[in-house]
Amino acid sequence: MRKPYLSKLTPLLIWLALAFAFAACRQHAALTTTFFPESNAAPGWTKSPEVRTFAPDHLSDYIDGDAEKYLKAGVKSTSTADYKYNEKVEVVVDVYTMSSAGGAKTIFESEPAMDAQTPALGEAARLYSQSLIFRKGPYLVRMVAYQESPQLPPALLDLGHALEARLGR
Amino acid sequence: MKRMPEKSRRDFLKDCAIGALAAGAVPLALAHNVNPAAASQPKSKVVIARDAALYGSGNNPEAARVEKLLDRAMQTFSESADPVAPWKKLFKPNEVVGLKVNTIAGPGLSTHVALVEAVCERLKQAGIKPANIVVWDRTNGELERAGFTLSNDLNRVRIVGTDSKDVGYDETSFAYGVVKTRLSNLLTRTCDAMINLPILKNHSFAGVTLALKNMYGVNNNPNQLHADNCSPAVADLNMLTPIRSKFRLVVADAMTACFEGGPMFKPQYSWRYNGIMIATDPVAVDQTAWGIIEEKRAERGLKSLSQSGLVPKYIAVAANADHRLGTDDLARITLQEV
Repeated sequence: MRKPYLSKLTPLLIWLALAFAFAACRQHAALTTTFFPESNAAPGWTKSPEVRTFAPDHLSDYIDGDAEKYLKAGVKSTSTADYKYNEKVEVVVDVYTMSSAGGAKTIFESEPAMDAQTPALGEAARLYSQSLIFRKGPYLVRMVAYQESPQLPPALLDLGHALEARLGR
Repeated sequence: MKRMPEKSRRDFLKDCAIGALAAGAVPLALAHNVNPAAASQPKSKVVIARDAALYGSGNNPEAARVEKLLDRAMQTFSESADPVAPWKKLFKPNEVVGLKVNTIAGPGLSTHVALVEAVCERLKQAGIKPANIVVWDRTNGELERAGFTLSNDLNRVRIVGTDSKDVGYDETSFAYGVVKTRLSNLLTRTCDAMINLPILKNHSFAGVTLALKNMYGVNNNPNQLHADNCSPAVADLNMLTPIRSKFRLVVADAMTACFEGGPMFKPQYSWRYNGIMIATDPVAVDQTAWGIIEEKRAERGLKSLSQSGLVPKYIAVAANADHRLGTDDLARITLQEV
């Protein structure tokens, strides 16, 4: 037999649960948004306003079959924002938040280094002519440019440093 | 990437299969699929046209060169002196023709707008009304990010994603083998015929993605079809009647291709192959693509896909007696490079 006080409390409990979930989502969205340096935080860089965030079960909407390896490595959330360098070069910046530093390391080390430079950034980094990938704690950051430019590698590094400083805040 | 001036790619693939066998580096399908006894059977044709100056000094291929390259590929494929004749042969003027592009990887590794425009131009010249040409993919957002301008204007070529408010997925569920899915209304209801315009890419689960795998952008649950190197799911998906019956032609964008880390764009693993691949046999063109990717991986010092546990098993499955979607037998593929 149900106790009457429980049925009276049920709507209140549901409301509290929903409010808590809503607040948690907002807080998560706010946290992920703060990963991304604002325009001119690094010289020459402009950030687009939109930040897209993907929960694990929707990651394949963003990166198709690549999602599987991130899921296996324990991805908790993925956020992405677009940037432009000197108003010309389009760059997409992805921040993968893994459940542990080991997950970020697993993804980082699964990718062949090829002819990468290894700048001092985060716990490990690889810099190419059109991209930068680095990891720091549970975060894996990938920057991909869609055009080439001789000034791009040092500029990617500038943006990488600006972003690294915001991770884990 | 250097072209091979003295040998055809087919000869190269045969040499790879024989030579690498001892080193244990050969993709099993390549080793098994050189079958001289099958040479008398009907062959599937794959044409690869390439232009080393396609990109000029810019970041995008030059539209005029893309159009010429497409003509060279199609005319070689159809053995036609007229650039419009091949299109007239494949499509009737009253048909609605869908162009299924691949745009998930953003502007770096998506079907180029210039190629789509060149195909649309030839279709129009072949008598297809602009309103009866539909360029489509999963989402409007992906199409826009890849550089397409959405259009639902019935006086122009339509460019729409399945996620558009008035499109969506067909309520009918289609099934074959391990696949049970719903397909885009653009395929099931809007289009009479489909041109498949995929990208030449490595895929971190399927091994290779080109024509057959591009159909993962047609259905509503691709995320459920990645188990076991996407096999037999890719082959099963391509067996669904709307896909099989409406597919007419592959015009594969191999201008920028990817040998590792796909399907998303990672510039360090991409290269300018400067090519367009034409086929009406999706299995034959995928088998050819596998060889190209292996060749590039070897050149860059990477393990073969089979050594990496990434054999695109679905290609052989697509060719087997349960599917018969085409041939993966290199002895039955006529490869022409122009």
